[in-house]
Amino acid sequence: MLPIEDVIRLGFIGISQGSAYALIALGFVLIYKATEVVNFAHGDFMMFGGFVVLTFSEGFGLGFWPGLVVACLAMGLAGFLVDSLIMRRIIGQSQASIFILTVAFGFILRSAAGMIWGWSPQSLDTPFDGETMVAGITLGNERIAIVGITIVLCIALYSFFARTRMGVAMQASSQNQLAAYYMGIPVRRLISLVWAIAAILATIAGAMMAPVTQLDTSIGFIGIKALAGAIVGGFGSIPGTILGCLLIGIIEPFSDYFFPAIKGVSAYIVLLVVLFVRPDGLIVQTYQKKA
Amino acid sequence: MQIIFKTSYDQDINILSKRGEYIRVTLLIVSMLAAPLFLDVYYLSELGLLLVYAIAGIGLMISTGFTGQVSFGHAAFLGIGAYCHSILMTTGVPFSVSVVLTTLFCGFIGMLLGRSASRMHGFYLAVATLAFLIIVETVIGEWTSLTGGYAGFLVPELQIFGVYLPEIWQQYYVDLGLTLFVVWGTANLLRSPTGRAFLAVRDSELSARSLGINVEWVKIQSFGISAAITGIAGILLAHHLAYLSPETFGVLESLKLLLMIVVGGLGSITGAIFGAIFVSLLPVLLSLLRDVLPGAISQQAGLEPMLFGVIIVLFVVFEPDGINGRWKKLLHFFETFPYYRKASFVRQKRYLKTERMR
Repeated sequence: MLPIEDVIRLGFIGISQGSAYALIALGFVLIYKATEVVNFAHGDFMMFGGFVVLTFSEGFGLGFWPGLVVACLAMGLAGFLVDSLIMRRIIGQSQASIFILTVAFGFILRSAAGMIWGWSPQSLDTPFDGETMVAGITLGNERIAIVGITIVLCIALYSFFARTRMGVAMQASSQNQLAAYYMGIPVRRLISLVWAIAAILATIAGAMMAPVTQLDTSIGFIGIKALAGAIVGGFGSIPGTILGCLLIGIIEPFSDYFFPAIKGVSAYIVLLVVLFVRPDGLIVQTYQKKA
Repeated sequence: MQIIFKTSYDQDINILSKRGEYIRVTLLIVSMLAAPLFLDVYYLSELGLLLVYAIAGIGLMISTGFTGQVSFGHAAFLGIGAYCHSILMTTGVPFSVSVVLTTLFCGFIGMLLGRSASRMHGFYLAVATLAFLIIVETVIGEWTSLTGGYAGFLVPELQIFGVYLPEIWQQYYVDLGLTLFVVWGTANLLRSPTGRAFLAVRDSELSARSLGINVEWVKIQSFGISAAITGIAGILLAHHLAYLSPETFGVLESLKLLLMIVVGGLGSITGAIFGAIFVSLLPVLLSLLRDVLPGAISQQAGLEPMLFGVIIVLFVVFEPDGINGRWKKLLHFFETFPYYRKASFVRQKRYLKTERMR
């Protein structure tokens, strides 16, 4: 068996990895809640956002925090444009087309990032260097920061959807678009705004992940694991998403430790097992229509 | 302009209903049969590969295009088919028996996946199949004693009823024969009650259920048949590749299949075939584009995926019915010659239908 320190260390890595997944998954859930589109390119938005932060904070010498803010604004604008120029036109098309479309965004973003910033990994300087000792265990500051930021953003988003007029309007337009139009909700603008918010979240996630994974054109694939986590929890519910992502994040380091042969696949096994038992995830968000 | 007089009920379910279709299909089959006479070896082998992808596309079309169950994992069936067949052939099972066994095996795995898929919907299913694909790829890679792992696996030579078929044209005829069989079988399936149940489930699960269709069982069937056909494509692909490695059957291959049917046109057999043609011509097209573009852009690494992505976006936004839709519009233009109007194919304004209330 493992000594207790190792268990705690692996557990903490799991929690921080899970929070990172949750941070990415929030963007997926947001877009899904508003438009029922699953943006498979979200991981690539994150990668691209990370690079934009790098450009503003180091290329233009703004420093990390101002660079992050400017990058968020730029990416938010990009997200707004993606919706208003492309996604708006394809409402009501078959799901396969929409999936393949968002996957295509991923391809475009990845090659664009490669062309602009090169194909080799780069590092981003953040204020979260160094380590902290907690109860005899050393923890990386960047991992603690991920957990913190995730908690803050979750609370912010949750209260946005539950408390503000705009959040409620977004939920309404996602449940019945036509009815929302009739109620005078500016559905189009709201949906574009949701894409903007999701792109901002992706940028923040990219900046937070950069010290852990380094910036590379392929880090977008983390998005698939985040998606798996969100589905395990029950897509569309923010608490469910966090639960699922934490679950996957915690299981991963342990299974990699005990079964090195299936390194990196345990998340998908968990996903299949959970969906086999509970096809709608742990916290159910879909309802059968009463005929 | 041709007017069809219906004189018997059978006419409603004929595979080919118009005179023009008969002529086109006959011409196509004859020219495919004659292809080895005037094509050289390289193009013939490319044409064979195109047929293989057409089969795989039809396989995916059955679950995604006809039953509406989006699958990101069909490359897994391609892989299972290829490996299962090669392993069986290596142990001395004859080709014909191995094809049947492999197809059944793929169908069985597909039904197992369909059993879990039948209770999921939408993108849960898409991601679950993606997870399935990643797991299968890892299993193939790690099960070294059976599959040779990442080192690869040598595919035995094509041999039917004890006769070796080493020439490209012989292999091409095997591809063509199986393609014709699959196309005919699928067309037949679609006019049977099972096939029409597929379409009903795609269009509305609720109304299908109200009409007495067992939706879960239909989805299981659809996945099983779809996986079996993709497995056949895997068998032929193995003989084309001659050397298998797990990475061949990864996420990118799955995306290629999905791209094929979306660009070809969802929900029709011709769409899958158009898609296969498109995917086979794409590399040629991209290299042509490279020549046209200015040097500063064409020298960039990663240009191919970028153009690939742009083409998909343009297709989905401007021609959602794919190449097949464009083809139908063209036919309609000529068939109804002076009467074609722009409004003939105008799209209705559509709203989002929520999936959370099924």
